Amino acid sequence: MSGGAVAATAVEQRDIRSHPSGGGATESKGVGTSKWTPYLLLTPGFLWLALFFIVPTMMLLMFSLYTGSLDQGYSFEFPGNWSTYSAVWDYRAQFFRSFLFAGLSTLFCLALAYPLAYFIAFKSGKWKATLLVLVIAPFFTSFLIRTLAWKTILADDGPVVTFMNWAHITNLLALLHLTETDRVLNTPLAVVLGLTYNFLPFMVLPLYASLDRMDPRLVEAAQDLYSSPWTALRKVTWPLSLPGVVAGTLLTFIPAAGDYINAELLGTTKVSMIGNVIQDQFFVVTDYPTASALSFVLMLTILVLVFFYVRRAGTEELV
Amino acid sequence: MAQRPLDPMTEAVQAAARAGVPRRRLLQAAAYGTAAVAASPLLAACGTKGTASSSSGGASSSASASSTTPDKSDTDKSLAFSNWQLYIDVDAKNQNVHPTLDGFKKKTGVTVAYTEDINDNDSFYAKIVPSLRAGQDTGRDLFALTDWMAARLVRQGYVQKVDKANTPNITANLIDSLKAPTWDPTRDFSAPWQSGVTGIAYNAAKVPEVKTITELLTRPDLKGKVTVLTEWRDTIGLILLDMGKDPSNFTADDFNNAVDMLQKANDSGQIRQFTGNDYSSLLSNGTAFACIAWSGDVVQLQADNDKIKFVQPEAGMMIWADNMLIPNLAQHKKNAELLMDFYYDPAIAAQLTAYVQYICPVKGAKEAMAKIDKTLVDNPLIFPDDAFLAKTHLFMGLDEATEKTYAAAFNKVKGS
Repeated sequence: MSGGAVAATAVEQRDIRSHPSGGGATESKGVGTSKWTPYLLLTPGFLWLALFFIVPTMMLLMFSLYTGSLDQGYSFEFPGNWSTYSAVWDYRAQFFRSFLFAGLSTLFCLALAYPLAYFIAFKSGKWKATLLVLVIAPFFTSFLIRTLAWKTILADDGPVVTFMNWAHITNLLALLHLTETDRVLNTPLAVVLGLTYNFLPFMVLPLYASLDRMDPRLVEAAQDLYSSPWTALRKVTWPLSLPGVVAGTLLTFIPAAGDYINAELLGTTKVSMIGNVIQDQFFVVTDYPTASALSFVLMLTILVLVFFYVRRAGTEELV
Repeated sequence: MAQRPLDPMTEAVQAAARAGVPRRRLLQAAAYGTAAVAASPLLAACGTKGTASSSSGGASSSASASSTTPDKSDTDKSLAFSNWQLYIDVDAKNQNVHPTLDGFKKKTGVTVAYTEDINDNDSFYAKIVPSLRAGQDTGRDLFALTDWMAARLVRQGYVQKVDKANTPNITANLIDSLKAPTWDPTRDFSAPWQSGVTGIAYNAAKVPEVKTITELLTRPDLKGKVTVLTEWRDTIGLILLDMGKDPSNFTADDFNNAVDMLQKANDSGQIRQFTGNDYSSLLSNGTAFACIAWSGDVVQLQADNDKIKFVQPEAGMMIWADNMLIPNLAQHKKNAELLMDFYYDPAIAAQLTAYVQYICPVKGAKEAMAKIDKTLVDNPLIFPDDAFLAKTHLFMGLDEATEKTYAAAFNKVKGS
């Protein structure tokens, strides 16, 4: 049957080719090209995502339901080994901590990046390109090296912590449970600082992109209408930069929530994040199903959070 | 071909038996092993029959069909060797020249492709195990892994038996204390590359001597300045010793008590961090005052800072070795055996140890060392005497389920 269909199509095609004057055929060919081109161009991207995102995600989901062990091999037994998901409750503290730290570092990033992006977009003049390169420059060094550098910066005997001890800043922060009384390294604050530092460029760049597109005359107009600089910022600049804020917060929050390097190097056992748990479940305990279940729940939680966030913030102008 | 399918079973069963796996699980493991390597279910069925007879008979098996491949050693004079970083001698002028490997080439004509791609046992295992499980060549002929990981590979039947006819030096020169680990009692599968002990290190410029693990985990002047190792066998082993238990033979209760002790120290804020190799920088820059440490690292640290001291706790130390293993389907098995044997020549062993400064597993190397570097001869962390060795203990071999439970319990303390 299929053979016949193919033959028929071949005949049709030959017919069209042998009658080039046939107006209908040429026309439909033209329309067809323009209609299918975008899809054709999308194919590589779709294939890429299907192969490296959808397939691994499905495998992750499957694996989280497997029974067995490395020695004996894994198998799927209907209805699946759902007990792996009980680990999610066991590690609820690490989940909560991950989202708390990611949220805090996103806020810090926003507070640091907004003035910086504003300055680069409006006030930097001929230095604009140089400053943008400087924002990206840390990426020329490995992520690991940059994080390790913080160990030196925040070392117990280092100038930063010595000063903070002298000024009793560490005591104050210790009251908030952010640091210990005599150190910053291996405390929650160190992890949040590390996350903030490592993901700052992801906040600066989208903010810059949306501020740079803004027409500065709008601020002038606001001032002509007797708005104070603060009101102009609040009512004109900030709303117009919102797409950048949304993009920046997403780009910061999502990787920060899954990060484990910062907690591993700058943290301590009491501030481990869910990324550390997943890493250890995979490599040290070699409990692949539990590790998969934790990864899957992490992904799902982030997806839900992002969904509600984006719905509230709106995506119309999101770049 | 007709009788060969029996062999992987024998291999797997023996491997599992060594690890002390219950019989039911042992058979399952064996069946899985064959199914994974022999693609045909028919072969697996044949193999299952063989299991019963050979495990009861205890017949020794030659290398199996599915774990070997035609050995190219005689025609292709090369060898792929994966090892840890900073674990071999290096020429003073050229980082890429290893004098002992050049000596090996001169003697045997074999060129060694030496790669330092082992960062830690777990990640290296994760790297090679998919190939091994699928019955494919890992692209490596030889690698060195720590006892417990070597035990796991032997248990899973992923490494090949060494042909002892090719390794007379190992038979003659392997030091007695490393001759019979529980997971490879006659050293059929492995030979130590280097060995070391785990004990306590402290910075004498900051604190008085830390004599015991109890002191390390409770002394107030060390609060927040202590690190322990993420390699849980080392950390828990030392705690077990401190509690008067034997790390090579302990019960689940003992283990739980040790974990409790660690948990208490962690809750009180005594422990600052769980570390891998990176404790060495923390100790030398004063971030940590005392820690659980590996001997070779401390010897190297002492070269720069004489205030760093290594303590041999009265209760005992943990001893471990990194073991050379030949994975299944290695293409140059004989070359690998020649290399293993080459490093058991006392003169070569001394040359290697003079550079890496871990415990040398070769008899006679001490005498050879006298010609290279006299200062190292009397260092017990390099050439331990009997009194020193009497204080060292091996960690117990564990079956997979126990291993997983213990690792999970330890990681709970770690917060992950």
